[in-house]
Amino acid sequence: MTTLLVLVVGAALFFHTVAALGVLRMPDFYTRLHAVAKAETLGVVLTVTALILWVGPSLLAVKIAFVAVFLLLANPTSTHAISRAALRSGLRPWQREPADGAPHGTLDQ
Amino acid sequence: MTPPSLFLGMAAVLLVLVGAYLYRLAAGPTVFDRLLGLSGFGTKTTLILLLVGAVYERLDMFVDISLAYALLGFIGSLAAARYLEREGASR
Repeated sequence: MTTLLVLVVGAALFFHTVAALGVLRMPDFYTRLHAVAKAETLGVVLTVTALILWVGPSLLAVKIAFVAVFLLLANPTSTHAISRAALRSGLRPWQREPADGAPHGTLDQ
Repeated sequence: MTPPSLFLGMAAVLLVLVGAYLYRLAAGPTVFDRLLGLSGFGTKTTLILLLVGAVYERLDMFVDISLAYALLGFIGSLAAARYLEREGASR
């Protein structure tokens, strides 16, 4: 049981670390958002799984699972809303070589 | 290693990782980077609340707090994204 718990917690910490590294190191806004949307959602689900394994089957476990389900729905939704707002207000996605010489990561205007 | 100390260690590591989001919140070149840092910060806070509840063995109380925090963070980041979409980005 404790071994399983340590494994799940280790996997969750791995995905949280990947998300934090992506937020720090990715070249522009959209790639950073990509790191948060996927790695962090998986880290959340694994963390909550570890807590549910520790609590055992009860009403409390259902409530903790509800946190995971809510974050599983809410995290991609808010990420989508933020990226759509960025795209509609003219933030250019990063390219290895800018097509028309405009620098990436800047706003059109 | 007993589970509560395992959860305490995990909460400590998450607190260190929150630094990445705080850096993005403070330094992010565009306003959307700051919004991204804020929403990631809220998610991490939700998890840390759950883990602290597990450490104190009062998870039944902390799960309500973290659920409310998750709801507020979600609504807040959606509202901010909607506002920026309507108004256009001011740096």
